Amino acid sequence: MNEISETREAREARLQGLGCKRKRVEDIRFTQGKGSYVDDLKLPGMLFGDFHRSPYGHARVKSIDTSRAKAVPGVLAVLTAADLKPLKLDWMPTLAGDVQAVLAGDKVLFQGQEIAFIVATDRYTAADAADLVEVEYEELPALVDPFKAMTPEAPILREDIKDKTEGAHGKRKHPNHIFTWEVGDREATDLAFRDAEVTIKELISYQRVHPCPLETCQSVAAFDKIKGELTVWGTFQAPHVVRTVAAILSGIPEHKIHVIAPDIGGGFGNKVGVYPGYVCAIVASIVTGRPVKWVEDRIENLSATAFARDYHMTAEIAATKAGKVTGLRVHVLADHGAFDACADPSKWPAGFFNIVTGSYDFPTAHVTVDGVYTNKAPGGVAYRCSFRVTEAAYCIERAMDILARKLGLDPAELRMRNFIRREQFPYHSALGWEYDSGDYHAAMQKALDTVGYQALRAEQKAKQEAFKRGETREVMGIGVSFFTEIVGAGPSKNCDILGIAMFDSAEIRIHPTGAVIARMGTKSQGQSHETTYAQIIASEIGIPADDVMVEEGNTDTAPYGLGTYGSRSTPTAAAATAMACRKIRAKAQMIAAHLLEVHHDDVEFDIDRFRVKGMPERFKTMKDIAWTAYNAPPPGLEPGLEAVSYYDPPNMTYPFGAYICVMDIDLDTGVAKVRRFYALDDCGTRINPMIIEGQVHGGLTEAFAIAMGQEIAYDEIGNVKGASFMDFFLPTAVETPRWETDFTVTPSPHHPIGAKGVGESPNVGGVPAFSNAVNDALAFLGATHIQMPHDAWRIWKAAEALGAQG
Amino acid sequence: MAKTAIALTVNGEAVEALVEPRTLLVHFLREQLNLTGTHIGCDTSHCGACTVDLDGRSVKSCTLFAIQAEGAEIRTIEGMAGADGTLHPLQEGFREMHGLQCGFCTPGMIMRAYRLLQENPRPTEDEIRTGMAGNLCRCTGYQNIVRAIQFAAAKIAGESLQEAAE
Repeated sequence: MNEISETREAREARLQGLGCKRKRVEDIRFTQGKGSYVDDLKLPGMLFGDFHRSPYGHARVKSIDTSRAKAVPGVLAVLTAADLKPLKLDWMPTLAGDVQAVLAGDKVLFQGQEIAFIVATDRYTAADAADLVEVEYEELPALVDPFKAMTPEAPILREDIKDKTEGAHGKRKHPNHIFTWEVGDREATDLAFRDAEVTIKELISYQRVHPCPLETCQSVAAFDKIKGELTVWGTFQAPHVVRTVAAILSGIPEHKIHVIAPDIGGGFGNKVGVYPGYVCAIVASIVTGRPVKWVEDRIENLSATAFARDYHMTAEIAATKAGKVTGLRVHVLADHGAFDACADPSKWPAGFFNIVTGSYDFPTAHVTVDGVYTNKAPGGVAYRCSFRVTEAAYCIERAMDILARKLGLDPAELRMRNFIRREQFPYHSALGWEYDSGDYHAAMQKALDTVGYQALRAEQKAKQEAFKRGETREVMGIGVSFFTEIVGAGPSKNCDILGIAMFDSAEIRIHPTGAVIARMGTKSQGQSHETTYAQIIASEIGIPADDVMVEEGNTDTAPYGLGTYGSRSTPTAAAATAMACRKIRAKAQMIAAHLLEVHHDDVEFDIDRFRVKGMPERFKTMKDIAWTAYNAPPPGLEPGLEAVSYYDPPNMTYPFGAYICVMDIDLDTGVAKVRRFYALDDCGTRINPMIIEGQVHGGLTEAFAIAMGQEIAYDEIGNVKGASFMDFFLPTAVETPRWETDFTVTPSPHHPIGAKGVGESPNVGGVPAFSNAVNDALAFLGATHIQMPHDAWRIWKAAEALGAQG
Repeated sequence: MAKTAIALTVNGEAVEALVEPRTLLVHFLREQLNLTGTHIGCDTSHCGACTVDLDGRSVKSCTLFAIQAEGAEIRTIEGMAGADGTLHPLQEGFREMHGLQCGFCTPGMIMRAYRLLQENPRPTEDEIRTGMAGNLCRCTGYQNIVRAIQFAAAKIAGESLQEAAE
């Protein structure tokens, strides 16, 4: 390579920096079966743990007999609540300020709840023995319907806190009540409704679903008695938080706890929290003195670890006849299951649900959320979304369609009339957020033009006429969705987890040869951090991405950070990465000036080098500078070239997008076919377009699954109705539609590189697009709102109820 | 539990081992042979993460006992790259076309696609989607998996890779 004659384009290309469709570093090992996931770990003497779980949704535990289980050859220990109690580990704190039973003591509160942990020499023996634990129960009436949770006759679920009138988030109105969260201006909103020309009100439910990553939750704990050190490998989206919580719970000093998140096979929010399996594996390792592995199976995953949604939202909009919104009122009944184990920032019991005004300029709004306990699994995690943002987006996007229908306006037109205008940014929403940037009209117009919206509406009209004439049984739906996300928790002033402020971090070290190791406080579970963080570094300091190794997940080596969920890696750790790079660049500038024998103000950064201003032939590459930094630093300058940045973002970021779904529905079968799905995303600066597109495809597929079939349902006595892949809808390549992606770019003004995050947008915007399409298809028959999931049977039933089945 | 001796070929190498009759093939591969590239994603034979090639068929190794593989010839993801480290066109295709994210389903996907291309060297998109329906992915939405397999099919057929990429 000739460093002087090489063109600027060639130098840029060699870096593979920002905006480049760089192929993924991770793929080299994953395509060869050489990833290292938790269950791949094999340690000398390792034991296996397995749970005995409750068959009942609600029952008193009268006795537990573990003698037969203990007698199985190969079983070393069987832990119950009685064993954990002296260690004060029979209960653990949740991220939401509640407590959760690690192993059930007096009572079981959901089907699948953990009762005993069996530790054996291999997984088959542990499973055999788990079946031999004998528990005597007294069955209690189960509370499954959240709408009945606060009635006088409801059974009291949480006897441990039944007399507490004050919860982690204020007053409790009923023993099954967790919190009421209120935001906005009640009086002004009441006035808006009093004076409204038009109003709508609808109960919009978002069913209980599950993030369901392909790899279940699992961990290996190894306690070294001699050193007093604990090492835990696990499927942790937030390994540093796990270490801190483990230190607080166990009393082992934090520096003697080593938490390692190796490769993770998808997370989607399922792997943020701390589960009884992790705690029991740790205790079992301390008790037995041997490493203990715990791997949940799929049925355990779907029925016991961290569900999502289960939000029942009553939305009201006030508007003028001309289609201008004047007020929004929402009440949410939130079903949290048996323990409040939401993974929201601690001060936000309903997450960022107050993004529910969406992309629209509501002059006033008021929201209340009531969280209640039921006999269902705990959770309430953000399944591929920022905290409760998909619920909020679904709520407002359905409600806007319902309003459009009532006004006789096209849903796209109603949105256009109410969007926050470009010049209003930074925009202060009625519910307290400061939207950083956006150009909603342009994005929507591009989407409408690309799909040929008017022609689609004309086609739909013609089909409806043909349907009415009895010429076809197929109807057509056009689902329009325009979402605004709020991601990147968070500014530490308003976001923390159990008091741990939600910043994130990057530590970058340039070795003498110019090769780089970079470590972050986040943790990829498929988000391609090893590839994309290196691209940021390449552009910021001019070292090829291929010379940068990115490492995350080891709490001993990585700087402290809050992990990866809620699309926070780009807004926080990627920002930290850029900031650390800039510290390095500042020092590199001093070194370059020294080498070039000019004042540091007389050199400038140029792609991969510092050059003397006005004399491009006089330069030093970053490689030269790295060598000098270690071996001949300028007088008075410390050797070395590295930096660390802890980035506390000034604000969150607000990605947005316009999605349009065209769907054909056969009313005789209820089968819905997605003919076309167009997704325009604006995630600010685009780090790697290939990876963005891949994330959009994946998120849309998850949205499709949720809208069109996923549900974790319970029967009236608390049995989970189908918690395996026999029943839980995961689309295959056959059902999954083809995706069409597009973009606009509106950089975040406060992020160092202008990026906003994208991984969760397609789920947030996708669900309302599918649901609006189904509802739009049936609206001409009189439908106002049909609840999800929209599987063929339910669509058929809805059509039947509308009198469309002959 | 009493163990049974089995003899089989895995990735071209003769293997003899003692297994419990109830040991699943996937656990035998992962835990006894340390071939951890084959993954487990469900309990009900739906997800396909454990797919391996057995005597010219795709099988879900969580659904067979190891003793059923007696005398069989098995190929796993670890047997896909050449001895010199050259990647199989499918491995290359998955990377080129961004056909993976978390990587957990990928070994099963590649093993299934390998057999699919043996049976149908130039499948259409619909044939690929149908042929891959036994393998679930939670990250990619399949679109790029289809392209990855098309890439590999073209490469194996010696055609221009640019065409496949279009």
